Amino acid sequence: MSLNPSYLEYPHRSEGMDHAWYPYSNIMERPAITWPDGKKLALLVQPLLEYFPLEAVDKPFKAPGHMVTPYPDLRHYSSREYGTRVGYYRFLDAFAKHGIKATVAMNAAIASRYPSIAKDTIAGGHEIIAHSTDMNGLQYGGMSEDDERALIADALTDLEAVTGSKPAGWRSVAQTHSFGTLDLLAEHGVRYTCDWVNDDLPYAMNTKSGPLAALPVNHELSDRQILVVCQQSAESYVEQIKDAALWLLEEADKTGAGRMLTLTLTPYIAGLPYRIDALEGLLDWLSAQDGVWSATGSEIVKAAGLS
Amino acid sequence: MDSEPHLYDFWPYRDRPKITWPNGAKIAFWVAPNLEYYELDPPANPSRKSWPKPHPDVVGYGHRDYANRVGHWRMMEVMDKYNVRGSVSLSVALCQHIPDVVQSGVARDWEFFSHGIYNTRYSYGMDEAQERAIIEDSIKTVQDATGQRIKGWLAPALTHTVRTMDLLAQYDFRYTCDLFQDDQPQPVKVKSGKLISMPYSLEINDHYGFFVYNMSPRAYADALMRQFDRLYAEGETSGAVMCIPLHSYLIGQPHRIGPFDEALKYITSHDDVWVTTAAEIADYYYEHYYDAVAQDLKRYQGESA
Repeated sequence: MSLNPSYLEYPHRSEGMDHAWYPYSNIMERPAITWPDGKKLALLVQPLLEYFPLEAVDKPFKAPGHMVTPYPDLRHYSSREYGTRVGYYRFLDAFAKHGIKATVAMNAAIASRYPSIAKDTIAGGHEIIAHSTDMNGLQYGGMSEDDERALIADALTDLEAVTGSKPAGWRSVAQTHSFGTLDLLAEHGVRYTCDWVNDDLPYAMNTKSGPLAALPVNHELSDRQILVVCQQSAESYVEQIKDAALWLLEEADKTGAGRMLTLTLTPYIAGLPYRIDALEGLLDWLSAQDGVWSATGSEIVKAAGLS
Repeated sequence: MDSEPHLYDFWPYRDRPKITWPNGAKIAFWVAPNLEYYELDPPANPSRKSWPKPHPDVVGYGHRDYANRVGHWRMMEVMDKYNVRGSVSLSVALCQHIPDVVQSGVARDWEFFSHGIYNTRYSYGMDEAQERAIIEDSIKTVQDATGQRIKGWLAPALTHTVRTMDLLAQYDFRYTCDLFQDDQPQPVKVKSGKLISMPYSLEINDHYGFFVYNMSPRAYADALMRQFDRLYAEGETSGAVMCIPLHSYLIGQPHRIGPFDEALKYITSHDDVWVTTAAEIADYYYEHYYDAVAQDLKRYQGESA
C-alpha cells in the first residue's frame, strides 16, 4: 500500500498563508486599532434571527438547529419560532435596558414574513445584517457560482425591501463559505463578513471584487457552543464570558490596542425563561464595565479604518 | 493486521524501580504546545477526511488559524510568567509558513519535535519510503529553522503505520509521544536501537478537555490541578511524568486563558517539581533508569507478546 505521490507534495509550502485572502498577522505586534473615546473593548452582540423551513436541506450538511424528526417536525419548527416571537423580544427589552446596540444577523425570510421584527429592530437602534435567505440557504465548497450569486442577491434585495437600506454585513448559515463567497460578497457591495473566526479584531480581506472586512465573531463564545454543544449551565456561560471580557480588557490595557468581544445569541437558546435572567445579568455587568464599548458591526469596522 | 501492536511490555504500576527526578523532584512536568498549520484545501487521504465540511471549511480553518494570529502569543506569555519552556509538537511546515511563531519558541530555548509536515497530512496508507520521507523532511526542516536535531515524534494528527516506531529508532529519535499506556516512560520494543514512550496525554490534552469532554474552562483547569496533585503524591513512591498538551486555538481563547494561568501558577508553585522539557526527561531517563526498567520488565516476561 502506498499513497499517491502527490500526497507528499506541498505546493503552498512557503512563507505566508496557503491562500491570498489575507496575510499572516500577529495580534500583539500589528498596528494598534483603538476605539472611540478611549474605550478598550468593543462589544459586538449578534442575535441570529433564523427561519427554518419545515423541509430541511441536508446536503452537504444541515444548518445547526434545523429539523430533526420525520416530516413534519412540528416540535423543532415551533420551538425555533418561539425564539423568534418570544425569546428575541426578551433580547430587545434587555438590550434597551442595558444600552446594548446589537448587530442582528437576519435571514431574509424573517424580514419578509414578519416585517414587524425588522421594524422593531431598527426602532431599537440596532443594525441588521444579512444572514442568507433562510436556514436552507447554505453556502459551501462545490456549489455553483450562479446559485450562490443568486442566493446573495436575493437575501440582500429581500432585506432591503423591508428595512429600506442595504445590509452592510453578511453572516453565512453555519459560517460556511465556498471558495468564491468572499468575491461574491464584495461584488454585491457587502462591506464586512462575520464568518472568519481567526482573530479578536477586524482585519482587511482581499477579494477579486475589491475590499471586504473580516469581523470575526467567535464561534467558541456563542450561546449554542457553550449551552447546547458543551451542555454547560447559564451561570457557567456568564462566568466564561466575564472571564473573557476581563482578560481582553487587561490585554487592551497592557498592549494599548483595542480588543473585541463577540457574543452570538440565539433566541431559542439564550432567550428561554430559565436562562434570560443570567443573560440580563451579564449584559448589566458588561455595560457597567469601564472601557466596554457596545457597538454595531458597521461602527466597529469603521473605527478600525476598514470602511 | 495483528491483534496487538507488540510495542511495549506489560508492567503493572506496583513495585517498580523508584524514579527520582533531578534534585529530588517527585514529578517531571512538561508542557507541549502544538504549533500547527492546517491546510485550507489539502489532498484527500483515503482513510481520513481533513475537514468535516466541504473545503473551504471556514470555521475549522479559521479556528486553527486563530492559534497563530492570537492564541499562541497569549499562551506563550502565560508560560513565560511561570518560567515554563515549551516542548513543541510542530507541524514542521510552520517553519516555512509562519517563521515568527517558530522563532518565538527558539528565542525562549524551547524544544521542538515533529508532529508531521501539516496536521492535514496523515500517515495512514504511506509506504516505507513515504514515511521515511516525512521523517527526513522533519529532521531537516527543524534543523534548518531552529538548529535543533529533533529527538521526539508525535505522529501527524496521531496517524501511524505499523513501521513508525522502528523507523523512529533507526533515525535516532529518543522518544515517542504516541503511546498512552503509562504515567512513566517505558522502553519501546523496536527492531533496532532504543526508543522510549514519553507520557504525553490524551485525557488532559486541551483538545480532549474542550472538544471531547466539553469541559468549562474552570473545570479543565481543575482537572489539571487534580491530575498534578495525584501524580505529585504518587511521586513519593516513584516519580511520574505529567504533560499538558495544548492547542492555542483552544487554551488561548479569552475565556480559557485565565483559568489556565491559575492552574500553571498552582503547579509551578510546588517544591520538588522538575519543570522541564521532554528531551531533558528522556536524557535523564536513559542515563539513570532505562537499564533498570528494562531489567525490571523481565519479571513479567510471558505476560505480553
